[in-house]
Amino acid sequence: MSSDDVSEAQAPGTTLVSDGPVRWERACLLTDLFPERGAAALFGDVQVALFRLAEDPADPVQAGQVYAVQNLDPFSGAHVMSRGIVGTRAGVPTVAAPVYKQVFSLLTGECLVAADKTPKGDLPADLVTYPVEIRDGVVHVGLP
Amino acid sequence: MVNSGGSQHLVVIGGGMVAQRLVEALRARDDAGRYHVTVFAEEPRAPYDRVGLTRWFEDGPEGIALGDPALWADPYVTLHTDRKIESIDREAKTVTDRLGHVHAYDELVLATGSSAAMPPIPGNDLPGVFVYRTIDDVAALRGWVEQKRKSYPEGKPVRGAVIGGGLLGLEAAGALTALDAQATVIEFGTHLMGVQVDLGGGQALKRLINGKGIGVRAETATSQMKPHRRTGHVGRLDFADGGRLDVDVVVVATGVRPRDELARAAGLPVGERGGAVVDLSCRTEDPHIWAVGEVACIEGRCIGLVAPGNTMAEVVVDRLLGGLAEFPGADTATKLKLSGVDVASFGDAHARTEDAVEVVWADPVAGVYKKLVLSDDARTLLGGVFVGDAGPYASLRPMLGAELPGDDPSAFLLPEGGGGAPNLELPDEANVCSCNNVSAGAIRGAVTEHQCTDVPGVKACTRAGTTCGACLPLVKKLVDTELERAGIEVSTALCEHFDMSRAQLFDAVRVADLHSFSDIVARFGTPVVGSRGCDICKPVVASVLASLGNGHILAGEQSTLQDTNDHMLANLQKDGTYSVVPRMPGGEVTPEGLIVVGQVAKDFGLYTKITGGQRIDMFGARVEQLPDIWRRLVDAGFESGHAYGKSLRTVKSCVGSTWCRYGVQDSVGMAVELELRYRGLRSPHKLKMGVSGCARECAEARGKDVGVIATDKGWNIYVGGNGGQTPRHAKLLAEDLTSEELLRTIDRFLMYYVRTADRLQRTAPWIEEVDGGLEGVREVIMEDSLGICADLDAAMARHVENYEDEWKAVLEDPEKLRRFSSFVNAPKDADPSLAYVEERGQRRPATAEERASGVVIAGPKLEVRA
Ligand SMILES: Cc1cc2nc3c(=O)[nH]c(=O)nc-3n(C[C@H](O)[C@H](O)[C@H](O)COP(=O)(O)OP(=O)(O)OC[C@H]3O[C@@H](n4cnc5c(N)ncnc54)[C@H](O)[C@@H]3O)c2cc1C
Ligand code: HEM
Ligand code: SF4
Ligand code: FES
Repeated sequence: MSSDDVSEAQAPGTTLVSDGPVRWERACLLTDLFPERGAAALFGDVQVALFRLAEDPADPVQAGQVYAVQNLDPFSGAHVMSRGIVGTRAGVPTVAAPVYKQVFSLLTGECLVAADKTPKGDLPADLVTYPVEIRDGVVHVGLP
Repeated sequence: MVNSGGSQHLVVIGGGMVAQRLVEALRARDDAGRYHVTVFAEEPRAPYDRVGLTRWFEDGPEGIALGDPALWADPYVTLHTDRKIESIDREAKTVTDRLGHVHAYDELVLATGSSAAMPPIPGNDLPGVFVYRTIDDVAALRGWVEQKRKSYPEGKPVRGAVIGGGLLGLEAAGALTALDAQATVIEFGTHLMGVQVDLGGGQALKRLINGKGIGVRAETATSQMKPHRRTGHVGRLDFADGGRLDVDVVVVATGVRPRDELARAAGLPVGERGGAVVDLSCRTEDPHIWAVGEVACIEGRCIGLVAPGNTMAEVVVDRLLGGLAEFPGADTATKLKLSGVDVASFGDAHARTEDAVEVVWADPVAGVYKKLVLSDDARTLLGGVFVGDAGPYASLRPMLGAELPGDDPSAFLLPEGGGGAPNLELPDEANVCSCNNVSAGAIRGAVTEHQCTDVPGVKACTRAGTTCGACLPLVKKLVDTELERAGIEVSTALCEHFDMSRAQLFDAVRVADLHSFSDIVARFGTPVVGSRGCDICKPVVASVLASLGNGHILAGEQSTLQDTNDHMLANLQKDGTYSVVPRMPGGEVTPEGLIVVGQVAKDFGLYTKITGGQRIDMFGARVEQLPDIWRRLVDAGFESGHAYGKSLRTVKSCVGSTWCRYGVQDSVGMAVELELRYRGLRSPHKLKMGVSGCARECAEARGKDVGVIATDKGWNIYVGGNGGQTPRHAKLLAEDLTSEELLRTIDRFLMYYVRTADRLQRTAPWIEEVDGGLEGVREVIMEDSLGICADLDAAMARHVENYEDEWKAVLEDPEKLRRFSSFVNAPKDADPSLAYVEERGQRRPATAEERASGVVIAGPKLEVRA
């Protein structure tokens, strides 16, 4: 796929189906992302948190990878996941929610540390993840 | 009280320590709700920790709270305070309270304790003569001493005497000294603490007590107390030997008398020396009346200690529930709680057992005296006395009646580290906490079966160490050993990435001269591929790097280590917006400054509130608004208040001598100077300070990590105070310092803390952990016992020199400003999920219900200026 195939804006009224065809959205340039910090991106009213891992020479697998998860923090109900600290747990890249410090896997969105809390309302504890592709230095996020 | 269909009514007379234990034990065991219990207490408050009474002066009523207050909210429990019981009618099975109300009982427990004995010395009813038993007693004593001091010219001391040189008398003398009064202990017998300690120990004890500035007059009988000619208050003690002592206050501590008046009036048998006579099931002659605690005369005597009383409470509960428990006999070990004086004894301290052998180790110069009492073959431990160094007490007491390991029992008496006493492996049944009857086995069980992993957990689980605390060192040792055995490492590791404590990491980074997280994790991190730190170690490393002076916290890789507060230089709130706090040193702000703050808040639609730290907080700022807000604040001369950092927050001050008619120093000036000196100093936890202009302490400085209180001659400095979940009063570190000395002392205190405290450890627990506690801290920073003061001074000088306003630096750097965008693909768009409602003229985040019902009045875009 070339970046030309990517629709620039979400069509009004598009319904989000979890395992339907993926719609690729352009988010930003790779260089817009600070290594090991998150950034939020807005697609309609969907907020996505993007994370660019460090260029760690000791770890060629993860070095420089970009991951996307939902920006909504299920434990506080605020859209803040992009502002969490990026780290690792047993080698798995993670992000910690900045409000009550739950830890989530960036690979699967799984909540690894609930820190004695339960999610707000009936939100699921795990984060939704989104596929990411970098094409010609541009970060694209796959939305359902 | 719940409706008592079928359950019996248990009435407890007396709301003391043992009554509390009885109710606790009953509620823990009586699952079926067989009993309702009603407690009648004469004192106007729920039971408190009488053993810790002297702590009341330091810590107030919270300091001596006892047990979980939820106990008194239990539907099966009713507590009537200030409700003395006046009589018992055994026929009708009722009691009558002071209001004349009659209450029926099925079972009745006497837990009326003792009253302080008042010897028949003429003049014992003069104003200024006190006893030492209840909170009311100590409150009255303090009031009296303070009033006397005020009536005297500056510098004239209040003179106190304590009649009685036992455990209680020495505590009372300690209390007088704590109130800054002089104290002389008058003892009738040959030496202090005659019940517990032998003559040699008593003599060593006298030297120690003298060293605390307390006078001791042994072998002295007081013949009368004489009133002062003018005031009519107690003014002089006359002794049988013709001696005299001028006094302003007298505390009588000559013993206690069981409060058996109800039992007597009800015709129950009482002991020779008083006390309701009970059998080993703690039952009196009347099958429905029981007695526990100090009022019970058991095995022919009343016992003035809490542990046997608690045991009796457990026995009665067991009996009430159909059990057959019996009182096993009393452990009468004692340890004096007077700070800085180590005295303890247990078992047969006077070697009265036939053919007992005594092993004594004495160092008269240092005031140390230690003795073991052993069986004739010098193997079985029968008792011990420790004065000046109670170190061996905690581990030896549980060995009472057991054979000591090793060949040479005197090894146990040598100074710590001076000869290596054999390691004691306590048998499971050894009683470790005598106050609460907790055995070594129970403590081990708490770790192995109840998954407790630290001392606070074990305390909560077993109650060991929750009363006098004397057993805590031993509890800790047992817990640590057990954890090690269970393979749970007693780990000081920060997290999976660093196998070190914060203090170790600090030193490592400083010595290795490292300046980036990548270098630090490569050099000191655990060797795991792809290990890039986490939300625990990254902020710690950020704090260490900041304390060591590594430039702006958002510079380069450092920015990846910051928590969102430090990253956005603002405080994250629950809805994902931030609050903004400009610094107002010492709580001082000009009218122009106030107007700017008000205008900014108005223009950006921010909610404003005065903080607890005397400055203004503006809430509801979105990420993308922060630079615009700060540009206006910085232009008006404000700088970052570091409300977001683990760093110095504020220096609260009272108005001081510049305006206040009582002030003796310029507290605002000092607060401003301190705040400007330490602003931006990153530390293991937040730091707060306060400065008051005189002893009235309007700034509440003693609730701060560093509190400064003006005196006529300069400044007193207090350290280790905090509010929060476990409030603490700061303790005196040094007195009458000049301003220059004050700064130097605070410099060193803060730097020592910054370098050695653990992650998120506030100053109070840190001080406790420093070797030697507060005294240890004083030695390090005032006497330079570690030879590090020059280094600490230099480090603080570097901090002061390199300070820059973090916000100003951000505004000058487009690369840093780029971080403050809401969305990477829409940098100025507001988070569409925010919603607000109006309340009392300002906006606040809408609740989930308000969102659902659509009453939201303000979306994020409503404010005047974006
Ligand atoms: C300063 C001090 C230090 C101490 N240090 C230690 C120590 O280190 N170790 C140790 O083991 N012990 C120590 N003790 C002793 C310990 O406090 C007591 O043994 C323990 O409190 C006894 O508990 P109790 O419930 O029997 O009596 P108390 O705690 O005295 O309670 C009895 C309560 O009953 C009330 N009462 C009496 N008559 C009536 C009535 N008719 N109607 C209603 N209420 C009534 C009283 O007002 C009192 O509140 C110390 C005591 C003091 C004062
Ligand atoms: C006798 C002269 C005193 C004067 C002139 C004085 C003055 C003041 C003033 C003007 C305030 C601020 C009130 C406000 O914020 O609305 C204040 C607050 C306070 N004062 Fe006093 N006071 C005096 C004595 C005391 C004493 C003796 C105590 C304590 C024992 C005390 C404790 C406090 C406390 C706790 C506050 C609240 C502090 C805060 O707002 O955080 N004051 N005082
Ligand atoms: S502490 Fe003293 S100087 Fe300060 S306001 Fe209160 S009374 Fe005045
Ligand atoms: S011995 Fe007093 S609390 Fe344990």
